[in-house]
Amino acid sequence: MTIGIVAAAYIAAAVLFILSLGGLSGQESAKRAVWYGIVGMGAAVVATVFGPGVGNWFIILLMIAGGSVLGWYVAKLVEMTEMPQLVAALHSFVGLAAVFIGFNAYLELQSVLALKATMPAGADAAWLDQQGLTGFAKSLASKSEAERTILRAEVFLGVFIGAVTFTGSVVAFGKLAGKITSKAEKLPGGHALNAIAAGLSVLLLILFMGGAGIWTLLLMTLLAFFIGYHLIMGIGGADMPVVVSMLNSYSGWAAAAIGFSLGNDLLIVTGALVGSSGAILSYIMCKAMNRSFVSVILGGFGNTSGPAMEVEGEQVAIDADGVATALNDASSVVIVPGYGMAVAQAQGAVSDLASKLRARGKTVRFAIHPVAGRLPGHMNVLLAEAKVPYDIVLEMDEINDDLASTDVVIVIGSNDIVNPAAQDDPNSPIAGMPVLRVWEARQVFVSKRGQGTGYSGIENPLFYKDNTRMFYGDAKVSINALLPLID
Amino acid sequence: MKIGVPEEVFEGEARVAMTPDSAIQLQKLGFECAIQSGAGRLAGFADADYKAVGVEVIKTAAALWKASDIIAKVRPPNSAELKRLSSDKTLISFFDPSGNDAGMEAARASGASVIAMEMVPRISRAQKMDALSSMANIAGYRAVIEASSNFGRFFTGQITAAGKVPPARVLVIGAGVAGLAAIGTSTSLGAVTLAFDVRPEVAEQVESMGAEFVYLDFDEQHDDAATGGYAAVSSPEFREAQLAKFRELAPNIDIVITTALIPNREAPELWTQDMVKAMKPGSVIVDLAAEKGGNCKLTVKDEKIVTENGVTIIGYTDFPSRMAAQASSLYSTNIRHMMTDLTPEKDGQVVHNMDDDVIRGATVIHAGEITYPPPPPKIKAIAAQPKQTAPAPTAQERKAQELALFRKQSKTQVGMLALGAAVMVLIGAFAPESFMSHFIVFVLACFIGFSVIWNVSHSLHTPLMAVTNAISGIVILGALLQIGSGSWLVVFLAAVSIFIASINIVGGFLVTRRMLAMFQKS
Repeated sequence: MTIGIVAAAYIAAAVLFILSLGGLSGQESAKRAVWYGIVGMGAAVVATVFGPGVGNWFIILLMIAGGSVLGWYVAKLVEMTEMPQLVAALHSFVGLAAVFIGFNAYLELQSVLALKATMPAGADAAWLDQQGLTGFAKSLASKSEAERTILRAEVFLGVFIGAVTFTGSVVAFGKLAGKITSKAEKLPGGHALNAIAAGLSVLLLILFMGGAGIWTLLLMTLLAFFIGYHLIMGIGGADMPVVVSMLNSYSGWAAAAIGFSLGNDLLIVTGALVGSSGAILSYIMCKAMNRSFVSVILGGFGNTSGPAMEVEGEQVAIDADGVATALNDASSVVIVPGYGMAVAQAQGAVSDLASKLRARGKTVRFAIHPVAGRLPGHMNVLLAEAKVPYDIVLEMDEINDDLASTDVVIVIGSNDIVNPAAQDDPNSPIAGMPVLRVWEARQVFVSKRGQGTGYSGIENPLFYKDNTRMFYGDAKVSINALLPLID
Repeated sequence: MKIGVPEEVFEGEARVAMTPDSAIQLQKLGFECAIQSGAGRLAGFADADYKAVGVEVIKTAAALWKASDIIAKVRPPNSAELKRLSSDKTLISFFDPSGNDAGMEAARASGASVIAMEMVPRISRAQKMDALSSMANIAGYRAVIEASSNFGRFFTGQITAAGKVPPARVLVIGAGVAGLAAIGTSTSLGAVTLAFDVRPEVAEQVESMGAEFVYLDFDEQHDDAATGGYAAVSSPEFREAQLAKFRELAPNIDIVITTALIPNREAPELWTQDMVKAMKPGSVIVDLAAEKGGNCKLTVKDEKIVTENGVTIIGYTDFPSRMAAQASSLYSTNIRHMMTDLTPEKDGQVVHNMDDDVIRGATVIHAGEITYPPPPPKIKAIAAQPKQTAPAPTAQERKAQELALFRKQSKTQVGMLALGAAVMVLIGAFAPESFMSHFIVFVLACFIGFSVIWNVSHSLHTPLMAVTNAISGIVILGALLQIGSGSWLVVFLAAVSIFIASINIVGGFLVTRRMLAMFQKS
């Protein structure tokens, strides 16, 4: 394939990627949109493989086949509740690949330069071709000195972002999978350490641009690994939706930086698309928690600005019979799912409950807070898996005003997103965060494992309200116990 | 202390301020009760009924006024009655403090205390003594009954062996207490009921009563918290839109019940002469605002007239009195609740606590002073008022705000663009040409990304992450381009990159498809 055809394939791929993202504006068009993405990716890979200057076919085939099988296997096996972990893990791959490719670019540049140094006086570009330089190396050879300087900066940046993404995603994966603590933990020195590491990296960049050799690149990579690790370790579990979308964004920018160093426009376009997508998602998530991006990065919840408001009253427990009686009497029910539903794998039971209530002619709706769960849109995916029709699943803004006229609200494993302290207590760590005003409903049932304060460790006055009853126990068991009692 | 109730002297007034039932309750508060002989006759309560529950029956009004410490009445006292007041007496009655200057002065001079029942503040705690609401409720009900007895047809639609009867179409203007009562009565009689109010927030109440709310194509906010739950004067544009809507409805309406009153003003004209002309012969208009001039200018106060085109207009002002038994029992209960608040110790001794919002609000004369109008009550809420924020901006203010916002946005945008341009120029000055051409692509792609992603629906954010994850596997291209290298290290690193990027691509796309396949409509 000629360079022209390869370029045409790249243009097609870029357009298909854009259509693929654009198609996600609706559930139905999204199903088509994925195919655009797949076709675009296929076109890009095929065109590159059969394009000029690519060798080692056997290795390529082996690697793609191996990777594909593994990817297919993972995608088939993953539980929908484990989606956040999977997404985080996949981000780390992009980061690591970006690091390797950046190193390669530098190694190639060095070997080309070494070759050039041996170039006999009076020889021209034709001589370089005779040395067997192909593809990427060939394009490197034709670069001017200024272009090479830029290239070094691009490589450096690509490796840096890639490395931060890699360790950051690994830590995020660990936290989401429950393999490491979800609490915000920092080494002594806190963010000063990150700042020092970042400062050192800038210093190394200057040395590297001056031609200090590969050790600067290696050292910077280690520093970036540390930054990624320490940054994400310092963020608490409740902020994970922001972290995951932020890492999503980083993986895009890493790809774009690699695109710059390789001079490949498709990489740049795709990287920029992914990067801006992640950035917007982070923005939306921050907005939903009423926190600035910086404050999320700089530390988890728990940094209160004053004593929390005293909570009066006590938590009153109720059993399945009581909840069922209230549900039988209710005409409108709103279910507020949270991460607890995902943990207990209760989405199927919840869906059964919803359809049973609907069959009795009751209005059943789901209220989804933008940061419910550990991933943007996490709850929607779980409910969809359990075959809850998406037109009864509503966003916070769509349903908040209706809650006051609702008979029964069932809160399943969510805490902060229904916490009235966000509105009433200016000292609360979540003060000002928009929340679902479930306490305005006639009656609220909270399905919860025990009396603890949950992921973020913030006391929830909702549990003490007069119209709130605590329905203790594992969410799945509790809901299943309700099912036979609904008539 | 003794509570005395005289016979109403107002012509045609049939209500009475005490019933045997309320007398029992008042006696429990420690009061003695007295009533003028025959006071309850028109409302269906005989002297014997009162005697049976221990009420003293006094022959003449003069004797009753003299014997009583507290006088409870329905209608405002006339000048003869006012002369009977003295400094040791308390009068509880409708009093019309805003339009009864002579009466106010006479009462003040006598030194008596006067509690005006229409001045009970409209707060939740005082609802049980809100006589205006209980009377309005009766007026609304009775308005429909009067209308139906003057309307020569059924209210409900029927299909009979003798032919089809269309249901009557009723329009209720003003959905206050009277309006809502009229709506309820009308719908339960089976009529198709429409209702209008200047406060769009009452639409829910209207619909809950089974009527259809008439919406105007006009957005003007009425802050009804500021006026204590009553409608406020509307702007000329709004009035025009409203009249145009009524004009459109008029030919198809059989019965109009107007209840629009604005405190301390003449009733607004809402049903104009041409609308009356447009109505079918036999139609009925009941104007509950007749006392204040009427919502229809053809209305004659206290009379029933028939226009040239056969439309009956009822302008009675004594609807509650026409249902004296019901009205008396509700009114006397209101009075009884007022007395409960006035005697906190239940020992028959009135404590006139002027710090209490309700008592302070209702008291118009106390200790020789006119205490009307009262200060605004400490508790404003009629119900939870979410929109106690600044009053809705006028059209002009809104325009100014929009303009200011637009200017501010333009400013920041121009500022950002200028900054961006400066950065571009700076980069362009140093970077080589090949870099700039890539840079253009990069910037444009960012813009496309931003505009595309904003449209992604919230529920698809997880699939979005998965799909962006898959396409960020595009870094595989970089590795593919490098794998042809001569260096084994480069080949090795590139091979690993290809491997993990493939996981990403395949895993990402497959999982996205899995997720999307689950989304389904009901």
